[in-house]
Amino acid sequence: MFGRSPAHSPSDRAAMTEPSATPEPPTQSMTRTRAFWRGTLAMFGVPALVLYAGILGYGAFAREVGLTLGQALALPIFLQALPAQVVLADHAARGASLAAAALAVSLTAVRFLPMTVVLMPWLRGHGGPRWHELLVVHFVAVTVWIEGLRRLPTAPAEVRLVYYLGIGIGILTGTLVSTALGYLAAGTLPQWMAAALLFTMPLTFLLAMVETSRARTDYLAIIAGVVIAPVAYIWVPGFDLLVTGLAGGTLAWVLGRRRRT
Amino acid sequence: MSSLPGVWGTWGGYLPFFVAGFLACEPWRWAGALLGRDLDPNSEVFIWVRAVSSAIVAGLVARLVVVPTGAMAMLSAPTRYAAVAAGIAAFYAFGKSLGAGVVGGTLALLALHALGI
Repeated sequence: MFGRSPAHSPSDRAAMTEPSATPEPPTQSMTRTRAFWRGTLAMFGVPALVLYAGILGYGAFAREVGLTLGQALALPIFLQALPAQVVLADHAARGASLAAAALAVSLTAVRFLPMTVVLMPWLRGHGGPRWHELLVVHFVAVTVWIEGLRRLPTAPAEVRLVYYLGIGIGILTGTLVSTALGYLAAGTLPQWMAAALLFTMPLTFLLAMVETSRARTDYLAIIAGVVIAPVAYIWVPGFDLLVTGLAGGTLAWVLGRRRRT
Repeated sequence: MSSLPGVWGTWGGYLPFFVAGFLACEPWRWAGALLGRDLDPNSEVFIWVRAVSSAIVAGLVARLVVVPTGAMAMLSAPTRYAAVAAGIAAFYAFGKSLGAGVVGGTLALLALHALGI
């Protein structure tokens, strides 16, 4: 039931964005208001519910590292990206420089570029100004994006932008509720329960990354990151994730490329 | 009241989070929206940046498990590693199911901890 796999490989992306597959004749007319509210229902979908488990862990983590509840809620609104939120909260708690934190966060967000590219064929044709697209792509993050690819084809082209906005705001609402619950629960729950809550986060990340991996390079990058990170943590604390990403990612790319060519 | 160190305590922490968060993330989405028609997701540059971002997140996972902070630090190393292994096993046993993996790993963690391992 949780097996809805997000397709991340370049070839899958290309297949999904074939222009010929995109335009489906609108079977029925749908008002923008109706499209928006239908989109918000995605907050109760399976991908969103799995996300909330990780978000509970994020809420607890934010409290552990010293964020206020307001700060813990601001990060999902600003970033819309669970891994980036954790990276940023972690850097802030360790007193890293603004530049180092921004660079680390930015690198974890690079993946949004190709994801947004994939989504764009569905967000055109709304008849409004182009900058509306720049606003709704704020809601490009793994869960919202998957729901967009699943649900947008069922809506007429002219209301898809609003529909996607509904998906994004619906899941953001669930995310904020989960963040607050995780944050508050971390203070009142017994230690062992708080530990289990915190544990869901790295486990969710790890499994979600494995789930979305298609190419050999993706798997190699995960393995390289896991192996290099503890060493980098001892060697260059504060820049350990950057070093891990650049070294592990480049290694995975080189090894993967050798296989490809 | 923020207990965050240095620059992170200014403006209640919201300004540095906006700068290092929103302004660091959002350009990638804008670039994706603007370049949507022209970019090739199959190019080597994209494969590389995706690998780098995957390694960053994997590295974060490893650090949280290997060098735990806060409440997670109370769990023994064998418990943490075995729970991750159980989560991966459940994930594959149920056909790459994220939900089964997370639930399975967490149950294993609770069981091992209750047994005092």
